[in-house]
Amino acid sequence: MIAEIGLAALWLAAALAALQLFAGVLALRQEQGEDGELARLMRPAAMVQALLATLAFFMLMWCFAITDLSVKLVAANSHSLKPMLFKVTGTWGNHEGSMLLWVAVMALSGGLIGWLEKRLPVRTMQATLATQGFVALGFYAFLLLSSNPFERLPIPAPEGQGLNPLLQDIGLALHPPTLYIGYVGLSVAFSFAIGALLTRNVTPEFARVMRPWVLGAWVFLTLGITAGSYWAYYELGWGGWWFWDPVENASLMPWLAATALLHSTSVLAARDALRTWTIMLGVVAFSMSMLGTFLVRSGVLTSVHAFAVDPERGSFILVLLAIYIGGSLAIFALRAGTVAEGKRFAMSSREGALVFNNVMLSAILGIVLLGTLYPLLTEAFDIRVSVGPPYFNPVSAIFAVPMFLVMAAGPLMRWREDKPARIQLELAIVGAIILGVLVLVAVLGDYSVLAILGLALSAGLAIASFLPLRGRKLSRVPLATWGMVLAHFGVAVSLFGMASESAFTKERLSAVVAGESQQVAGWNITLESVDPIAGPNWTAMEARVLAQRGEGAAAVMIPQARNFWAPAQATSESALLTRWDGQLYAVIGDSAGVDANGNQRWQLRIWWKPFVTFIWYGGLLIAFGGTLAIIGRVSADLKRRRAVLRSTEKRAEVEALKHGELGEPALAKDAHSKAQGEPA
Amino acid sequence: MRWTLWIPLGLFVFFLGLAGYQLTQPKDDQIPSAMVEKALPEFELPAAVETMPGASRADFIGGKPKLLNIWASWCLPCIAEAKQLEVLEGQGVEIIGVAIRDKPEDVAIFLERYGNPYTRIGKDDISSLMLEIGASGVPETYVIDAEGVIRYQHIGDIRLEHIPLLLEELKKAET
Repeated sequence: MIAEIGLAALWLAAALAALQLFAGVLALRQEQGEDGELARLMRPAAMVQALLATLAFFMLMWCFAITDLSVKLVAANSHSLKPMLFKVTGTWGNHEGSMLLWVAVMALSGGLIGWLEKRLPVRTMQATLATQGFVALGFYAFLLLSSNPFERLPIPAPEGQGLNPLLQDIGLALHPPTLYIGYVGLSVAFSFAIGALLTRNVTPEFARVMRPWVLGAWVFLTLGITAGSYWAYYELGWGGWWFWDPVENASLMPWLAATALLHSTSVLAARDALRTWTIMLGVVAFSMSMLGTFLVRSGVLTSVHAFAVDPERGSFILVLLAIYIGGSLAIFALRAGTVAEGKRFAMSSREGALVFNNVMLSAILGIVLLGTLYPLLTEAFDIRVSVGPPYFNPVSAIFAVPMFLVMAAGPLMRWREDKPARIQLELAIVGAIILGVLVLVAVLGDYSVLAILGLALSAGLAIASFLPLRGRKLSRVPLATWGMVLAHFGVAVSLFGMASESAFTKERLSAVVAGESQQVAGWNITLESVDPIAGPNWTAMEARVLAQRGEGAAAVMIPQARNFWAPAQATSESALLTRWDGQLYAVIGDSAGVDANGNQRWQLRIWWKPFVTFIWYGGLLIAFGGTLAIIGRVSADLKRRRAVLRSTEKRAEVEALKHGELGEPALAKDAHSKAQGEPA
Repeated sequence: MRWTLWIPLGLFVFFLGLAGYQLTQPKDDQIPSAMVEKALPEFELPAAVETMPGASRADFIGGKPKLLNIWASWCLPCIAEAKQLEVLEGQGVEIIGVAIRDKPEDVAIFLERYGNPYTRIGKDDISSLMLEIGASGVPETYVIDAEGVIRYQHIGDIRLEHIPLLLEELKKAET
């Protein structure tokens, strides 16, 4: 019954999405000012659709929670012996469930704009909601026609097949939903961009409306990528935090596009420049989300993340991509030429710096896209290649290094036109720090060029990110500016973590017997014992490792080599010891024979990674900065609107008094809707 | 109309074509070893069962070309290919086995149940030879010539139709 309720809700939601599209198209064909009957249904349709899609998702979650083995998806991906938490998180640990989460989030964001967003002109809003319905419709069709999550088995399975052990981790509870909110949140920016293009309404007002939505999606993407990187770091047991895997790239590309979009939206909002470019990025950002979905789920690329691969699904998503990305790019090509050119500005201005970094971000996006798709290209000529860090790291650095330099200076410059001479003191300070660190690190040790550059740039950027506050009264600084300062500082922190990890990591792999000690980077590591233990659905060899630095107290680390039996797979649970200046990372491997005395030897791998945690602290800071910016922007906007509304009301009252009538409610209401519908 | 605005669409259409082409291609997930045509790496493995000798690189040097069969008692396709290995042995082919992550008692049971085509079986508990030789799974079979050079790699279980193929590769390896 539960599964059927979910399925029915999903069909109804799809019908409402179709209604949204249909009503929107009709409304747009009508003359300005006419109010179609159907058009009034668009906002409620979006909201109810959100409720129904969410209901469908919770019904599936219920099926997983009670391990309803007559549902095919549950039987294939769950197991009655799994801990409750992982039964629930297993809902989105598979293709169908995660796709359902995807459309639920998409419907929710559509419902949210239908409910809350009342600042745009009516027609732009109608076009936006219609676009949102159109995109959602495709993904509903995909779920209902080719990957129905609620499909029943003719005979219930006696037992489930289990969930991939790598996914039985608390990281999975948080990482995909956060990432999906980010991915799909970008659909709002996409719909806004298309809506604005269709109704030829690319204005600063439009940018101000779109900005919080982009910021919101971007904050979630940042959090999702940060969490995903940390999950890969401790769960895969390889000691790395970024592998340039196609799926990681699939999450990085929308982030790069969204970051660029965020900044160009700011230029459009503040200066009415970069109109076409902003629209382009709005389209590209969500296109990258969809492209990522295709790459992960079609099996055209091999990845550790790949879901069960099915060429039929791949073809379906490819058709969806062709319709949505192809369609939107065609609209862009046809319409963007009619968008009037925005305001002009000098190259040495804040806009100039933002444009430069927009181009750099887009270049990095292009680099990552090329690297990700390159194997696809060469395979067409029967050559197999694997593109990895030797390509991505240096090539993206070519664009990242100038970007960080400009990022340090950009916020200090004025809008429209500025002379670098005005801020020469600040530039000199930052330049001196960068050069100083560069020389210091290069002289002191033998590190890779990228690591040295990263350390130097992070130091300069850390200082530079706070310079915009210089000479200002801190209590008067707008919240959005604090957000920018913190987010930029977060980039510096993260960059420092990456550079430090790459430059200073010490690694040791050895075969030791219990009781044996060794030294790694000032730590005294003793393998105390290795014992078998059993968990709810796994057994493991668990090591007790004592780690002691100098004369300090010894800390216990407990790495495990786990063997799950449903499905059978081995995973390594690394043990982490976090100190303020880095992390000790321990992995226990297989038994490595016996020593001369007949004692069992174990492979023990220890890394000391100085300041590696800063990578994720930086990510959190960036997301926190983004959150502050949303709060600042929205509250400032609301304040401004309330002021506008009050003055309109006042004017209406004055008008009414002039005509000898006291302000009737109807009149005030009219003024109210006027202020909301049409931007002043 | 500015033609530059059409560039994104053009690039996307190119991607569509490429992805569409790739989707219709049969997915070939066999990963050939980079070690083919190179010398067999140096190795010396202890015996996997008490009744038979272990295996080392030296065992392949001299005489006729031989087969190196990577297998394990826990591997189902290995059971499927056991008959074909027996046929090859019947044709006078010398097969040296390497058991991956296995236990002596399990190996003994397997040999008793499915036949023993091997002259020697080495025991590789940490998949070290697998890694060095570039095997991506179990089972895999390699043709090694008398100089100790890897001449041919067969990925997956040996089916009936593969027997003539392997015999031919063995013959080629004689020269």
